[in-house]
Amino acid sequence: MATTVGAPARQRRKPVTPYLLLIPAVAALLLGLGYPVYWQIVTSFQKFGLAQQFGQPPTFAGLDNYARIFSDSDAFAVVVRSIIFCLVNALITVVVGLLVALLMRAVHGWVKIVVQIAMLLAWATPVIAAVTVFRWLFDDRSGVVNYLLVKIGLTSYQGHAWLATPMSFFFVATLIIVWMSVPFVALSLFAGLTQVNDELIEAARIDGATNGQILWRILMPLVRPVLAIVLLLQIIWDLRVFAQIRLLQDAGAPVSETNLLGNFIYELGMARNNFGGAAAVSIFVLVLTIVLSAPYVRSLMKEDES
Amino acid sequence: MTATATATAPRTTAAATTRRSWGPRRLGKWGISLVGLVVAAIWAFPVYWMVLSAFTPNAYLRATTPSFLPTHATISSFRTLLGAGSGFWTALRMSLSITLTTVVLVLVFAFLGALAISRFRFRGRKAFVLAVLFIQMLPAEGLFIAQYKMLSSAGLLNNVIGVSVLYTAAVIPFTIWMLRGFVAGVPAELEEAAMVDGLSRSQAFIRITLPLLAPGLVASGVYAFLQAWNEFTIALVALPAQSSQTLPLWLRGFMAASASRGVDWAQVMAASSLIALPVIIFFLFVQGRMTSGLVSGAVKG
Repeated sequence: MATTVGAPARQRRKPVTPYLLLIPAVAALLLGLGYPVYWQIVTSFQKFGLAQQFGQPPTFAGLDNYARIFSDSDAFAVVVRSIIFCLVNALITVVVGLLVALLMRAVHGWVKIVVQIAMLLAWATPVIAAVTVFRWLFDDRSGVVNYLLVKIGLTSYQGHAWLATPMSFFFVATLIIVWMSVPFVALSLFAGLTQVNDELIEAARIDGATNGQILWRILMPLVRPVLAIVLLLQIIWDLRVFAQIRLLQDAGAPVSETNLLGNFIYELGMARNNFGGAAAVSIFVLVLTIVLSAPYVRSLMKEDES
Repeated sequence: MTATATATAPRTTAAATTRRSWGPRRLGKWGISLVGLVVAAIWAFPVYWMVLSAFTPNAYLRATTPSFLPTHATISSFRTLLGAGSGFWTALRMSLSITLTTVVLVLVFAFLGALAISRFRFRGRKAFVLAVLFIQMLPAEGLFIAQYKMLSSAGLLNNVIGVSVLYTAAVIPFTIWMLRGFVAGVPAELEEAAMVDGLSRSQAFIRITLPLLAPGLVASGVYAFLQAWNEFTIALVALPAQSSQTLPLWLRGFMAASASRGVDWAQVMAASSLIALPVIIFFLFVQGRMTSGLVSGAVKG
């Protein structure tokens, strides 16, 4: 008996099996991500100028491409703009998400389900569809937003072209991103809030705690770990915004004034054939992502060990 | 407006007759519920507006006063899109080929990987898990130019396999992580007990373990499906030819073509709906698993 159970168990722990099982996944990762990263590191040290457009092999450029991210005024403007855009969007998303989560806790059961369904609708909408719908909502001639603004007396919005100037362009982009991202934040925080024991709240209330005290002294400390993680994830995700900006630019926005990091990489690589510059900015984005991800990955590793 | 008016009226009487804290709290809950409904309406509005516009003739959409209810419903926009010449079917075929290839590759590869890290303790396991977790955070926007150069030098631009491999690599890390939880949830002892009862190793696996893993495989498959179906960034560089466009690229091109003669918003919204609705339905199946997968570490503390 002992031998029949023991034999396969020992066989399963043969050290070579796990490595065999990992081969396909590792091969796909090396091919799809590993080689591109390697190519990018090599290329980021190369110069792609006019001569390379005429078929010359690229020359070694040292750290020039990296230095240019900070010395070139165009590139540096993109970096600053992306970081500001990312932080503003992440903060708005998390604050609105927290308010929605607290709201879901306070409303009647059936209203909670209605809110949940509305959140899921927004979360599930593909980026391409979301941006297309917002372009329609903010259409200058027949868009419903301009119609409603004129209706409440703001007649200057008659035919207002939202996407034509950088500030209002980023306002619409922010609305899209917040609309798409709040559901994840709200539902995650709501899941965190449901872990809070109702008796605890009731006990606090009997002891004379006000709603404000319950919020700041009981609920907030308990959801702080989830709050930290979703804020971090939002910052990482909002740093990589590309499709929304690219698709909004199609409406005729000033491209160079509305580019974020991803769009800048696209322009360098695809339009200007400056692969060295594109590779350097890409590596910059990857390194930034890894640095920002470290606390999140640490929390997941803790889970893996338990 | 009326709801707040009726809500405030009984408040004073309730406060006078019953315990003071009861009335305001209960009525406050109604007020908050009303706010909840308004928030839900705002969040659902863009999706509602998309579907409503898709079923409205374009002439009505161009009217100065929009209609917020379906008064002139028609399916003519869908008929045009689904007819010959719109390019929808070509793009659908491309999207389905890429998406299904990705789903199959991801499921097989990620399942084997999840098996390795949850059933075995081996040298390098921790490093692998760490790498997987970092890789899943890497943005396509930081890689797509290199991926474009790789595909173009391999002659794989506009090719289903080329894009599918890139998508597989992008999706595998998260699916390994998600499946790991499911595999760990099926104790190896269960399989061993079945083998004691006379099943072979493969029989025990197929009859005992696989059915228990089915929900995890479905969730991972749908996740991979959604990622590949919605993907725009990599597709934009890897599928430059019009004949090999996926649905998101097709919608963008369709809108650009429409814009030259004043956008036909009814058709554009119908096209958006065709892309979004299957995804929304699919999504409702997996969302619970995805939320808990992403933040479970934090929830458990």
